[in-house]
Amino acid sequence: MGGARPLHPGLWLGVPTVLCVLATIVFAAPIRVWGLQLPEPVFAMVPAFAWALIRPSILAPFALLALGLFLDMFWGGPTGLWGLSLLVAYATALAGRSMVTGQSQPVMWAWFAGVTAIAMAGGFLFSMLDSLAMPSLLAVFWQFLVTTLLFPFAHRLIDRFEDADVRFR
Amino acid sequence: MPFREGPLGDLKVPLTWTAAVALIVAVVIAVAFLLADRRETLQQQAYGVTRQTVDTVSKPVSGVIAAPGRWTGLGVDFVSSYFFTASENRKLKAELKEMRGYRDMYLAEVDKNQSYRSLLGLRTDPPIPMVAARVVADTRGPFANTRLADSGSEKGVVVGNPVMNERGLVGRVVGVARGASRVLLLTDIASRTPVMVDRTNARAILTGDGGPNPKLEYLRGVDPIKEGDRVVTSGDGGVVPRGLPVGAAVKGLDGRWRVVLFADDAAIDYVRILLFKDFAQLADQKALLTRSLPPVTTEDPDVSILGPVATTPKPSVQAGAAPAGSGAPPTTQATTAPTTATGPAAAPSPPSARPPASSTPKPATSKPATPKPATSKPTTSAPTAAQRPGGEI
Repeated sequence: MGGARPLHPGLWLGVPTVLCVLATIVFAAPIRVWGLQLPEPVFAMVPAFAWALIRPSILAPFALLALGLFLDMFWGGPTGLWGLSLLVAYATALAGRSMVTGQSQPVMWAWFAGVTAIAMAGGFLFSMLDSLAMPSLLAVFWQFLVTTLLFPFAHRLIDRFEDADVRFR
Repeated sequence: MPFREGPLGDLKVPLTWTAAVALIVAVVIAVAFLLADRRETLQQQAYGVTRQTVDTVSKPVSGVIAAPGRWTGLGVDFVSSYFFTASENRKLKAELKEMRGYRDMYLAEVDKNQSYRSLLGLRTDPPIPMVAARVVADTRGPFANTRLADSGSEKGVVVGNPVMNERGLVGRVVGVARGASRVLLLTDIASRTPVMVDRTNARAILTGDGGPNPKLEYLRGVDPIKEGDRVVTSGDGGVVPRGLPVGAAVKGLDGRWRVVLFADDAAIDYVRILLFKDFAQLADQKALLTRSLPPVTTEDPDVSILGPVATTPKPSVQAGAAPAGSGAPPTTQATTAPTTATGPAAAPSPPSARPPASSTPKPATSKPATPKPATSKPTTSAPTAAQRPGGEI
């Protein structure tokens, strides 16, 4: 009977959220080695992609909004910028859910890159509207690249919880 | 009673639709946050309590996380200095030799500079107090470039204070909490700093774009800049003091002039916050306070605006105007002639010696002669000139 129980939100929403917050704080450490700083990937893209594929949820958008607001506060950016960008990414993944689910890992990686690109494009656009200036495309591309490398974490999250809720098998 | 056993127990809502509604609500909230954001104004009011709280909480957490990195850096420095002592010694000796030459030049230039200053009577700005701070968090994405420093309002840091490291300008403070301050870097997309090219004095606005090299915008003049020119703050607008080193000019791949920041050559973990708010603080406030103030002159309450002159102006008012001499035109005296017939000579007379209002003649022309500006203006403008000779109220 244990398998028939619905998935507890704390497991698939709470734990990844906390891990994203911790990873973001760690990567904001002021460390420079041979003149190079740590990269700054958007860890919140991992749950934004994975949560949409695991199952549609009422809580997930609000958890993403909270994550986005945290990023804005912690990084010192405009409030709502990352919240909106992550929700755009989540909406894209949710819309393409039926096409992505069950695909091979490289295809899903490509989807992850696409969703990340949409989130970054959204961030670029919202940032431009908010500050009335154009962000550096090179800097945007660099962040996109390092965020795309996070796909294995998203894949792990999807693998772990995709079949966890019997109602969505 | 469990929900499923209630009257709404059989109600089934498609999860996809409810998830979509939740998504739309979340998007609306995010848009509202974005529209309400006033980060670009760089004002303390725009830096809300939530951000202050996040900074206050982030400071110790980030400080703990950054500590191992800092210790590792110190350890690596120690080990490398141990192994490379001889080569470093040789390098330092060569540097010292070179610096001795620069020292002699410096002393000669200081002497020359002092002579010029005394000749020109140049008034230089006093030194600006500063606070040292350790950076505990550093964000460097394309949409936000800020640092969190561990000194805040308890050390007198306020929004707008410029931040430097040992090589050059880093940015300015945009948010202050107790024990922490948020520094907006020159590279942030919201950053605008008035700068000038040191060689030509050509002005420009240093504009961040999230990349490592901010742009020089609104650059004016014919051939105002060339590769390698030193860029410093211009002090225009009073945002930052004049002459702080910023960086060197380079031509970007996009054909625009950009700046390689000097601050990037130094370690990022320590900064100095200049307690500079605006140029008013550079004035000698003590001298300003001890200066004798001009006499307070107000409109004579006895003079009615409805009728002809009812009373004469108070001698005290005239006393303030009288020494001005040149400041009070004779015409003014003439217009008030009916009441101040004795002119300045009558001014020092005590109020008791004043003729009663009823005894004052009331000529037909007196009404237009009593307007307030005619009599009050000279008395307000005069004291600045009268201050030095008479000085006292």
